[in-house]
Formats: sequence, C-alpha cells, structure tokens
Amino acid sequence: MATTVSTKSVDLSTIFPDAVIADERKGYTGWLVEKDNLIEIATYVREELDYDLLSSVTGVDYLPEEKMEVVYQVYKTTGGPGLFFKVQIPREDPMEIPSVINIWPGADLQEREIWDLYGIKFPGHPDLRRILTWEGFEGHPMRKDWQEPFYEEETKPFKSRWPKGEHIHAEEINPYHDNLKFPPKFNPENWTPTDPEEALYTSLKKFTTKNEDGLEAEQIIVNMGPQHPSTHGVFRAVVVLDGEKVVSLKPVMGYLHRNHEKIGERNTYLHNMPYTDRLDYFNSMANNWAYALAVEKLMGIEVTERSEYIRVIMSELTRIQNHLVWVGIFLNDLGAVVTPLLYAFEERELILDIFEEVSGARMMCNYYRFGGVVRDMPVRAFEKLKQLVYDRLPGKIEEFERLLSENEILLSRVKGIGYLSAKDAIATSMTGPMLRASGVPYDIRRAEPYGIYDRFDFDVVTRPECDLYARYHVRIEEMHQSLRILEQAVSTIPEGPILPKKPVYQVRVPAGEAYGRIESPKGELGFYVISNGKPNPWRYHVRAPSFINITALEKMCVGEKIADFVAILGAIDIVLGELDR
Amino acid sequence: MGVEQKLGNMGMVTTTLEQFVNWSRTRAMWPMLFGLACCAIEMMSAQAAHYDMSRFGMELMRASPRQSDLMIVAGRVSRKMGPILRRLYDQMPEPKWVVAMGDCASCGGVFNNYAIHQGVDELVPVDVYVAGCPPRPEALIHGIVTLYEKVNGEKFTDYTDS
Repeated sequence: MATTVSTKSVDLSTIFPDAVIADERKGYTGWLVEKDNLIEIATYVREELDYDLLSSVTGVDYLPEEKMEVVYQVYKTTGGPGLFFKVQIPREDPMEIPSVINIWPGADLQEREIWDLYGIKFPGHPDLRRILTWEGFEGHPMRKDWQEPFYEEETKPFKSRWPKGEHIHAEEINPYHDNLKFPPKFNPENWTPTDPEEALYTSLKKFTTKNEDGLEAEQIIVNMGPQHPSTHGVFRAVVVLDGEKVVSLKPVMGYLHRNHEKIGERNTYLHNMPYTDRLDYFNSMANNWAYALAVEKLMGIEVTERSEYIRVIMSELTRIQNHLVWVGIFLNDLGAVVTPLLYAFEERELILDIFEEVSGARMMCNYYRFGGVVRDMPVRAFEKLKQLVYDRLPGKIEEFERLLSENEILLSRVKGIGYLSAKDAIATSMTGPMLRASGVPYDIRRAEPYGIYDRFDFDVVTRPECDLYARYHVRIEEMHQSLRILEQAVSTIPEGPILPKKPVYQVRVPAGEAYGRIESPKGELGFYVISNGKPNPWRYHVRAPSFINITALEKMCVGEKIADFVAILGAIDIVLGELDR
Repeated sequence: MGVEQKLGNMGMVTTTLEQFVNWSRTRAMWPMLFGLACCAIEMMSAQAAHYDMSRFGMELMRASPRQSDLMIVAGRVSRKMGPILRRLYDQMPEPKWVVAMGDCASCGGVFNNYAIHQGVDELVPVDVYVAGCPPRPEALIHGIVTLYEKVNGEKFTDYTDS
C-alpha cells in the first residue's frame, strides 16, 4: 500500500489536530491520543501509515498524577523506527479503553494481561478474562497502590537487616498478622471458593453435530497440561475435540507467574539484570542485552567497541544453542524420543563452557552491564570459541541436517501442518522465526539494527511454506547465518576497554521512557522502561516473544489433529519463564 | 568394589531383607518428568550425555506420577501451581521422595513476593534440598546420591506406623 507520509516525519497531531497532542513530558516521545478517537486513529495508523505490526501494548500507572496510561508501540514489517501512541484516562474505576483487537488481533493476550494486572477494561474484547492470576484473585497487582498480603517495604535497597551488627528478623519489623491484609468485604470465616475454571470453559466454542441418522456427537474437552511432557513446562491448553480434530483451543497460563514486572519496579536498575536471566532461561545473554539496551537509551551512554563485539558473539552463540535445543525438543515432540535431544545437548554443553568461562555461570550469566559487559573474555575462552566456530559447530549443524532434513518420518509429520499465512502472522504480532517461516523477512537485526549488527554480512532467512517444515528450516538456516556472523566477529574483534568508566552499583538514570528491543532467538524481545529519576524504575515491562507468539496458537491448531497440536506448540518455541513472567 | 567381591564360593550374598529392598529402590528410582522453570533445563542437562544421570539408575523419566518414585521440584512454585503440585504428589504411589531442586523450590529464592510459594516444603514434605540458582547438574546428582544414603537407612517400620 502506497503512503504519502514518510516514516520519519509522521506527525499525528497535524492529521488529527483535535484528538492528538505530542507527548511533551521530559524524556518522552510519541503521541497522546484521546480515548474516544483511539479506534479511528489506530485504524488510520494501520491502514494509511502501514504500521502493521503491533509490537507491544502495556499499561502504566501514574499514581501521583492520578492517571492510568496504555501505551501502544507499532512498527512496520518493512523496517524503520516505530510509532508510539498513548491513551490516558483518569485513575478511577471503571477504567475503560476501547479494544484494538479488530485492528491488530495481536492485542488479544496483551489486553487481557493489562486487565489482569491493571484493571483496565477493554470493551470490544471478546474474551476479557484474567490471564496470569486466576479468576477470583482480588485486586490488580501491578497497580502502584496494591500491596501484597505480607507487605514488607516499597523499594530496594531495603533497610539493612544488620543495622548495628545485630540481626533483625523481618518478623520483628512486621509481626505476623499485623501486615496481613484482607480485601474489603472479605470474611475468611464464611468464604466459599468459586470455581476459577468456570469462565474458561464457558469461553470455549460449543458445538454439537448430528449425522443423517440423527445421531448426536458430543464434544470432548481435553486439558493438556500444566503437567504434560510436551507442553514445555507448565503451559496448559484446553482443547475441544471432535473425534481427533481440534475445534477450539484456549491457552491457559500463569502457572509460573511471579510478577517479574512488579519485582522489577521494586529493584534498582542493576538489580534487575540477574532477574532478566530468569525470563527466557535458554537465552540469558540475549535477555541481558535487551534490558541493557533500554537502560542505555535512557542514560544516553555509548557502549565500548570491544564490548559490542563480545555482545554480538555471546548473543549469536545463544541463538545457536537455543535453536539446537529447539531442534532436539521438537523432534522429541514428534516422537523421536530423547536421541536428537542428546545430540543437541552435547553441543550445548560446549557453548555453556564458554559462557561459564566468561561469566562464571552456565545458564544465569548476568554478564551484560550498562555500557559494556562485566568482565573481559579470557584468552582461553576465546581460543575455545574459535575452535567451536571454525571447526566444531559447522560440521555438527550439517550433521543435524543430514540426519533430519530429508528424513521421511519427519517430513510426513511437518509438511503442511500448522499453516499460518503471512497476513495472519503479522496481524497476530508474531515475530522471530515464526514470522520468517511465513515468508516475511522481518529481522530486527536488519529492520532496526541495534549494537553493531549493521557491520555484519548475513542473510535474513525466510521460507514461503508457512508450516512446520518452514519453521524447522528457518531455524536450521539461522544457525548457519549465526555462524557467519560469529566468524566475522571473531576475526575482527578489537582490543580495548570493556566498560566506559568504573563500574558502579547505583546507576543514575534520568527521567523518561525507553523501549529497547532485540531479535532474540524466539522473536522480538523488548524492554519498556520508565524512569522518574529515582533509583528504581517506575515501570518495567517485558515484551516477551513467547507470550505474544502464543496468540496465533488457536488459529494454527483449529482443524488439525490433536497429535499435531503438540508439534505446532513445539514449533512456536515457548519458554514458560518468559511466557508467564 | 562390586557385588562380585562380596560373593562367596557359593555365589550368594547374605543380607537383610530391609537392606536388599532399600538397595533395589535406590538402583531404579524413576523420577517424574516434571519441569517447572530454569532448573528443569539443568535437570535435562543432568540426564543428557555429558553428565549422564542414568549411571545412578535414573534414565527413565516418567511423565505419569503414578509410575514414579521421585519428584524433583525443579523451579519456583507459584500459588496458581501449588494445588496442582500437591495433587501430583498425592497421585504418586508410596514410597515416594521429593527433591527440592534450586533456591526457588527450597526457599523462594530471589522471587520473594505474593505470587510464589516460599519453598515447596509449604506443600509437600521434602527429603533433600539442593542449593544453587540453578544448581549445576553435578549438584543435582549429589543431591540424588544424598537421597540414596537416606533411602538406604530407611526402616520398614517407618512405613508401618502411618
């Protein structure tokens, strides 16, 4: 679609002079949109300005200003910077903002999350239920005035438990039961629990079929998970079946929910770094990078040259080990139990050895810092890295291809299964290998390069088939591309300092907002951080690719067999730590 | 030192029934395939070729609680997951053991807030706690060997009382 407005100078306030004003708070960008005109403006942004990918929708609670805000971040799949627009509403119940689900269906789960955590209702959303907590949960935990039942202190650093060399137990400061709060009108004596599952089952599609003899077939509801060997952790899907065919499907999540974002707002900026490791625990290095990127944008600091190279090296190694393990687990889901996984873990251990040598930890690396990385790469690790990149990994990835790519059993399970067209993939905000397997060449390393990715020569891998076969091939080919990047980075890495100045515990972050996003192995991983100049972030939001890629699960599964549901879910490559946050 | 050194000329070993039962329990203990969070990946590593937990009689992970002896709680247990975890434990046949793998399962770890059970021992009795965030595969294997020591010392009367 041709557009007359160039990407850089989109000025919503001249197009909609009555409804849009520029966001002129210090450190903020984007546009403030009137609630009543949201649908009109969003349609315009989608249809006329071609911002087709809704990256993230999130809420912010401005308690001091008595305002609630919903932030929309949209991008073009053809690349370029994004457009941010926000809707502000007074902070008193009932808070309502029209749903944009008809414009960008990818808003589905994200709006449910905002309702769950902030209590903002989205009229027009067909299935607005709690998503991370459970039905019957009292209150909306991300609100700034919501306190947990055993509330201790507002923000870190907490007061010392050893003030004068004497230890104080938390219970001495806050005696048990003194800090226990019940919701208003709640009496524990005559509380009768309601069934939290009821709303879920009523949201499923109902059907009955009659054949010509008048025989009625009943629907079967199958609960897969939360403890199921093929749901990759504690994911749960409620599936309505007609025989073996999937008729309707609802993902149920939150079984690993620890409110990462609320913890993030309690911590200081540096405190959050190790927590990001525990989001997507296969790719801790990539998570670190996205978070560091957002805070670096806020602080306005440059990253040292050598660190940029180390970051690229670590992040591409992460991608290779993630995709390797994905191939192993995917084959596991298809029925090739354990053997491919053992092959994958063998290579993974070698990559983890490098992580361990540079950071001290195998999985939870906590390696990146604002402005660089925490310590330099040891010589021995670099030697190992070269050996891996030049000798070991290329052959091993080819071995995977040789064993699997032409394998007839594999092909019969993956070809034509789980179809998702490019249009649907963009509409449901899919990113990463999932989107590229639908033929959309969208890779943030190219679309909006971060770090030093503009210096490297690599291809954005796409496949036109839109099915499981394409998703498998995109990941295999991406490993080859990662190796290409690694070869270039290893041969050109310069010497130099790794941090711009002396490392500090407490970084000073000026007020403002920043959105840092990277191409993590699973998709677009973004961190939206708002600072008010204090030691703790005011808002800390994670745009998790696993979470948002689940949006299209029902679309891909309906009409397929229940056995293929396992494969389709496996191909999305979810990690529950990131999905539930 | 293997069993062949204990064999006498008659090719027999004398032992108590209790010791024999405990010995056989430790040699084929099947853990439940139940991964919660980050620690589950290290649990997978421990099972993979590099660390090879099957040296200790654990190559089989059972997805069904009814076929397993050992529950390795690998990760944080949220309040939403709590009832399900307890139900899985109740479905396991006796004798059964629980290893709390990692800091989150042991004491809540770094996630000290309303959404996480501060230790899985709020829900099920725990035999061995393995520290670390996440524990290395060696640490998990050490935890399991520690559990074997405990199992080797168990008495039949421990079960008859209840």
